[in-house]
Amino acid sequence: MNQNVIYALEIMGKGMLSIFVVIILLTFIVLLLTKVTNLPLFKGKDDAE
Amino acid sequence: MDFLLSGLLAVTWQQWLMFLIGGLLIYLAIAKGFEPSLLLPMGFGAILVNIPLSGVLNQTIEGVGNTQGIIQWLFETTISASEALPILLFIGIGAMIDFGPLLSNPKMFLFGGAAQFGIFFTILLAALLGFNLNDAASIGIIGAADGPTSILVSQIMNSQYMGPIAVAAYSYMALVPIVQPFAIKLVTTKKERMIRMEYNPKSVTKLTKLIFPIVVTIIAGLIAPQSVALVGFLMFGNLIRECGVLGSLSETAQTSLANLITLLLGITIAFKMQAGDFINTNTLLIMVLGLVAFVFDTIGGVLFAKIMNLFLKSKVNPMVGAAGISAFPMSARVIQKMGLEEDPTNHLLMHAISANVAGQIGSVVAGGVVINIVSQMLK
Repeated sequence: MNQNVIYALEIMGKGMLSIFVVIILLTFIVLLLTKVTNLPLFKGKDDAE
Repeated sequence: MDFLLSGLLAVTWQQWLMFLIGGLLIYLAIAKGFEPSLLLPMGFGAILVNIPLSGVLNQTIEGVGNTQGIIQWLFETTISASEALPILLFIGIGAMIDFGPLLSNPKMFLFGGAAQFGIFFTILLAALLGFNLNDAASIGIIGAADGPTSILVSQIMNSQYMGPIAVAAYSYMALVPIVQPFAIKLVTTKKERMIRMEYNPKSVTKLTKLIFPIVVTIIAGLIAPQSVALVGFLMFGNLIRECGVLGSLSETAQTSLANLITLLLGITIAFKMQAGDFINTNTLLIMVLGLVAFVFDTIGGVLFAKIMNLFLKSKVNPMVGAAGISAFPMSARVIQKMGLEEDPTNHLLMHAISANVAGQIGSVVAGGVVINIVSQMLK
C-alpha cells in the first residue's frame, strides 16, 4: 500500500481521537461548570439565562 | 492597431475559461444567493487575475521594470506571510456565536466531533487518488465546512490547490440545503427522522459563558497546539461578546471587522485562481472530493447519533447529528425543515443549533489537529 495512504489512515485515527478527547473534556468541563456556577456561592440573582 | 489588440490576442483558452468560471461564481452569488459575500469577490477576482499582464499582479514591463500588483501584494502579505485575514475573521465569527444553546445541552458537543469524519475520510480518499500528504490534508479540510479554516490549513500546508479548495469549500457551504438532505436520507429511515426530542435546557450562568472560551482555548491548545490561532481567535471574539463590558468592540467585530475581512478575503484568494494553477483535472477532482467530504461529515454525524441511541433512554433524532458541521446556521435550519417535513409538530431547531455551534468548535479543532499530525509526519 502507498505510504501516503498508510499515513492518511494514521491521520484519521489520531485525528478523530484528538477531536473526541477535546470534545469529551469540554463536555465534562461544561457539565462541571454548570453545576459549580449554579451553586448559591456563585449564582447572583439575575445571572442565569 | 497591434497595440490595441495585443491584450486580446494574448488571452489563452484557459484564461477565457477562467473568465467563464468567474462569471459563473458571480451568477451563483447574485442569482442563486450562494455565499454571495465570498463567491462574488472570488468570481470578480478570478477575472482580474486572468487578464494578460494584469495590473493586479506583479509584472515586469520592458523599459519600466517591476511593478507591484495589489491582489498579489494582498495575498503575499495577508495570507501567505501571516495568514492574517482568515485568522482575524475568526474574531468576528466568535463574536457572532452564542454558545448558550450548546452550554445548556452539553451532550450535543459530541456531534461537533463526529461530524468531522468527512475530513479524514476525504484525506484518505485523496491520498488513494495520488495527492501528496500536504494536498490531501488541505483537500480533506473542505469537510470542515468552514472557509477560513480551509484557506488557513491549505496555506500552512503549502498546498498548490488553495484556489480550488476555497471555491469548493464556499460552494458546498452554500449547497448544504441540497447536500445534507440527500446524505441524511441515505442513512436514516422515516421512523428515525420522526423521533421527537424533548428540550429541557439547563440554566447557564454568565460565569460559565465567561469561563468557557478560556477553557476551550487552553484545552484545545494543549492537545493540538496548532489550533491555538484558530480556536484562540474564535474564543477571543466570543469572550469580547460575553464579557459585557466591550459592547462596542463586540459590535465592531461582528459587523465592520467581519465585513471588511470578508470583502478582502474573497478577492485576495482569487490570486490562486490564475488559469495556470486552476485549469487542470485535479481541480475537478477536488470539487468531487469536497462533495464527498460534506456527504461523509453528514453521514458521520448521523451514524454517531444512531450509535448513541443504542445506549440512551431518551433517543436522539439522528438528523441532529448531521448538524454537527460548521456551516452555521444553515445546517440547523435544514434539520429543522426536514424534521417538520416528516412531522409538522416536531421542532428540532434548538437541538440542531446546539450541535451546529459545537460544529464550529469541532471544525477549528480539526483544522489544528490536521496541521499538527501532518506536520509531525512530514518532519
